[in-house]
Amino acid sequence: MDYLENIESLAYFSPEILLVVFAAAVIILDLVVKNRESEKVAYLALVGLGCSLVAIIITHSALGTNESKNLFWGMIRLDGFAVFFKILLLLATAATILFSIRSEELDVRLKGEYYALLLAVTFGMFLMASATNLLMIFIALETVSLTSYILAGFLTHSPRSSEAAFKYITYGAVASGTMLFGLSLIFGMVGTGDLTTIGQQLPVVLASGEVTALGVLIAITFILAGIGYKIASVPFHMWSPDVYEGAPIPITAFLSVASKAAGFALFLRFFFSGFGNSEVMQSIDLGLLLAIVSALTMTIGNLAALPQQNVKRLLAYSSIAHGGYLLMGAVLLTNGDAAIVNKGIGAIIFYLIVYFFMNLGAFYVVVLIANEAGTEMIEGYRGLSSRAPLVAGAMAIFLFSLTGIPFLAGFFGKWVLFTAVIEGNLYWLAFVGLLNSVVSLYYYARIVKAMYLESAEDTESFSFSKGTFALLTVFVVPTLLIGLLNIFYSLSEKITLQ
Amino acid sequence: MLLSLMIFVPLLGMIVVLLLPRESEELIKRVTLAFTLIPLILAVYLYITHNQPDLEHLWKQNVPWIATFNIQYHVGIDGLSAILILLTALLGPICVLASWRNIEKGIKAYMALFLLLETGMLGFFAALDLFLFFVFFELTLLPMYFLIGVWGGPRREYAAIKFFLYTLFGSVLMLVAIIAVYLNSNVINGIAAEARTFDIPTLIERAATEGHALANGTFQMWVFLGFFIGFAVKVPIFPFHTWLPDAHVEAPTAISVILAGVLLKMGTYGLVRINMDMLPEGMAFFTNGAGFWGNSLALLGFINIVYGSFCALAQTDFKKLVAYSSIGHMGFVILGLAAGNEVGVTGAILQMFNHGVISAMLFLLVGVLYDRAHHREINGFGGLGNRMPIYTGITTLAFMASLGLPGLSGFIGEAFSLLGAYERFPTLAILSTIGIVVGAAYFLWTLQRVFLGTLNPKYEALPEINRREILTLVPLGILTIVLGIWPHFAIEMFSESVVELTTKIMGTLQANL
Repeated sequence: MDYLENIESLAYFSPEILLVVFAAAVIILDLVVKNRESEKVAYLALVGLGCSLVAIIITHSALGTNESKNLFWGMIRLDGFAVFFKILLLLATAATILFSIRSEELDVRLKGEYYALLLAVTFGMFLMASATNLLMIFIALETVSLTSYILAGFLTHSPRSSEAAFKYITYGAVASGTMLFGLSLIFGMVGTGDLTTIGQQLPVVLASGEVTALGVLIAITFILAGIGYKIASVPFHMWSPDVYEGAPIPITAFLSVASKAAGFALFLRFFFSGFGNSEVMQSIDLGLLLAIVSALTMTIGNLAALPQQNVKRLLAYSSIAHGGYLLMGAVLLTNGDAAIVNKGIGAIIFYLIVYFFMNLGAFYVVVLIANEAGTEMIEGYRGLSSRAPLVAGAMAIFLFSLTGIPFLAGFFGKWVLFTAVIEGNLYWLAFVGLLNSVVSLYYYARIVKAMYLESAEDTESFSFSKGTFALLTVFVVPTLLIGLLNIFYSLSEKITLQ
Repeated sequence: MLLSLMIFVPLLGMIVVLLLPRESEELIKRVTLAFTLIPLILAVYLYITHNQPDLEHLWKQNVPWIATFNIQYHVGIDGLSAILILLTALLGPICVLASWRNIEKGIKAYMALFLLLETGMLGFFAALDLFLFFVFFELTLLPMYFLIGVWGGPRREYAAIKFFLYTLFGSVLMLVAIIAVYLNSNVINGIAAEARTFDIPTLIERAATEGHALANGTFQMWVFLGFFIGFAVKVPIFPFHTWLPDAHVEAPTAISVILAGVLLKMGTYGLVRINMDMLPEGMAFFTNGAGFWGNSLALLGFINIVYGSFCALAQTDFKKLVAYSSIGHMGFVILGLAAGNEVGVTGAILQMFNHGVISAMLFLLVGVLYDRAHHREINGFGGLGNRMPIYTGITTLAFMASLGLPGLSGFIGEAFSLLGAYERFPTLAILSTIGIVVGAAYFLWTLQRVFLGTLNPKYEALPEINRREILTLVPLGILTIVLGIWPHFAIEMFSESVVELTTKIMGTLQANL
């Protein structure tokens, strides 16, 4: 394994550097701009994301396909997998900024810090997607967590938001502490923090009897606590409904998509590189543990979503459930067959693309309705089909896609996942997942029912700007089309870990 | 090409309707009618030319779609799908006409959803790729949910979500079966030999190949079950039927017509296309006549017939009565299919078509009465025969056809199904005739309560059936008479396919004995 030294690495690190530079520039511009209502800072942040995107593409093309570089003496790795996640996370941040500009609940006086923090959290997530050293993994996770705490509590006038931030910190601190302990156990076993070396050494120390399989399983379980907290898997999901409900809606959208995607990126790389060796996987029987966690996550998420009246909270539970579906793909990492492992990774990637559009789209509608109707409750959606037919139509598409009804993208996402899972011979898990889809129909349909089948006392129609519809279209069109085009399937197949 | 045109013309119509201004209601209705007439014209053309082999290429298309999974857009027609496409295309314009006056709000959305529904149904019957088949199957769910949920009766929300949940539950089991078939579609003697495929004709061929994973008896049995539950919810087969009365009672007239006329046939069509044709070993396991499992399919058919008929007898709501009678009549289809012989399957398919026509008539007739009296309580009428003679005449025709009067189309299908079943399951076939007797009882009793006796003074001014309504009923009435006298018009379309299918089924049964 050859590593690039620090100075050489900087060129490949330019997307991250640009994010930091623009985060600083946003703060400075915020000091200079006199007009507090101005959206200039937001646009500067968007420009920063744009520059970073260009840098990602340039460094990727300099890298060549199927190549990878280990930067900073093997702290992070730049490969196709990292590039995919960086682009996904960057687009999620861009969407969040656009939502934030339109959201009326965010306090205008704090805008500069807000956008700087969004860029900072994106920086942290970039690291999560590419970290290959235990230390780096922990730093990346903490960067994301600390900034997320502040963002969740950004509605300073709302006690609910402060409560969310506080809960987030408390849970986060416990989870990252536990994870750190697990990481130190692994470090103690093999004497290195480098994931690839861990992957090579672990079977050796296991075979020599220096460490027991139980010891490794305990360490992994501790580490799972940290990762499980990021992707909100059972039993580390308790924070998410409260945080999602309390946080500003754009941040909720961001956490449910970007944070989850980054968590999965970290999860996949960590287990694939560090524990991808089938001997290790088989000796500790991690597959069953993950499968149970996956089944519980989707079931508890869906069942808890059933009685919710607050759409934001409902979507919070639904995103827990979707985390459970995604975990089904992660279970396949423990399969002995390399082809099936890659199918699992490909399925997760495809599902994340789909989930990005449908979930962010749904949250955008929540932002719009919160602005116009002043409520996040389902009652606020009554009669939406006549008050704002296009928005209601878009929301129905997002919700049915989240359920997994053909021909919407969500169906194809589930199709790819379930096919991979069944190919891995986990019929029971696929059954649980599919039954969960049926359950989920019930609560998604409740929103649709309010929009189409019930009528509002107030029948005044909502008016939205052209920009609103344009942004909505950006989410609706892919939700309709992704599954019908072959390109996304072949894309998700190409992105593999080495 | 023509087939794809037929499938997607209604979808195009939906886009056109969505672009029209909301206020121009007459225009919307006419455009919708025009877009449902095109598939009908194509279907008539199909019927006239179906004997000309040189035109076969017009009715199929096969292009790659999602290459990663080897999914194709493959559509095609054989005798069985042709007759159901004919039925769907016929009911399309009739339903639009039936919705002409009694849809009060949101006519634009209604018509758009109806056109989407028609694309889903036509596509389902034409699909020859398992994945496409499933997509079209599910495509009918969304429009149906809204059509019942928005334009339905007082308990519409409950009925709509119940319909949706039941069907989705069935279809996820079917999805597992589809994935299992797909993943095993390339395994011969334990070795992955070919590319995986969803192509139904290829799958049928491979499932009949010795040593192929798809040909394995145990595998076929499990997959059969998965598909069967998916289709059973749709048919509906007891005990998955409880959504049907709710959905029918709440749905607007035209949607009840589509539901009974076409959507129920999607279930039985699937049973023939997938369960019988692709999984003969599974079929043999459930119909070999040995023990509980060997009689199970025929038993379910029998339960449907008797249970549906007795439930219908107990109803006082006119529409609910017709809904339960549907369950009973679909039982004959199941019984005929379970027989698996030429007579039985011919009867079953004939019954699918005839029940589509007759139940459509019945629901239209219930709608006519409901539009005038605003209730459907059978005991609340009486003596309408004097007040509405034409209506009474048509209703009597539909009742007689439905109860199986010889000379009308309902008789032939049921008689053939029973004949076929008698050969294989004599006891169940004999017991099933109870259904016919009870059927006669509830229809005649209803006739008596609604049309005979003294006229309820409330309804002295009830207007006679109008020309538009007659127009919707006449083509269906003619069909019931013509097919009752000369069923060959329908049978010759699918007899070839049936012979091929039943030879395979009977061959598999023989081999298993």
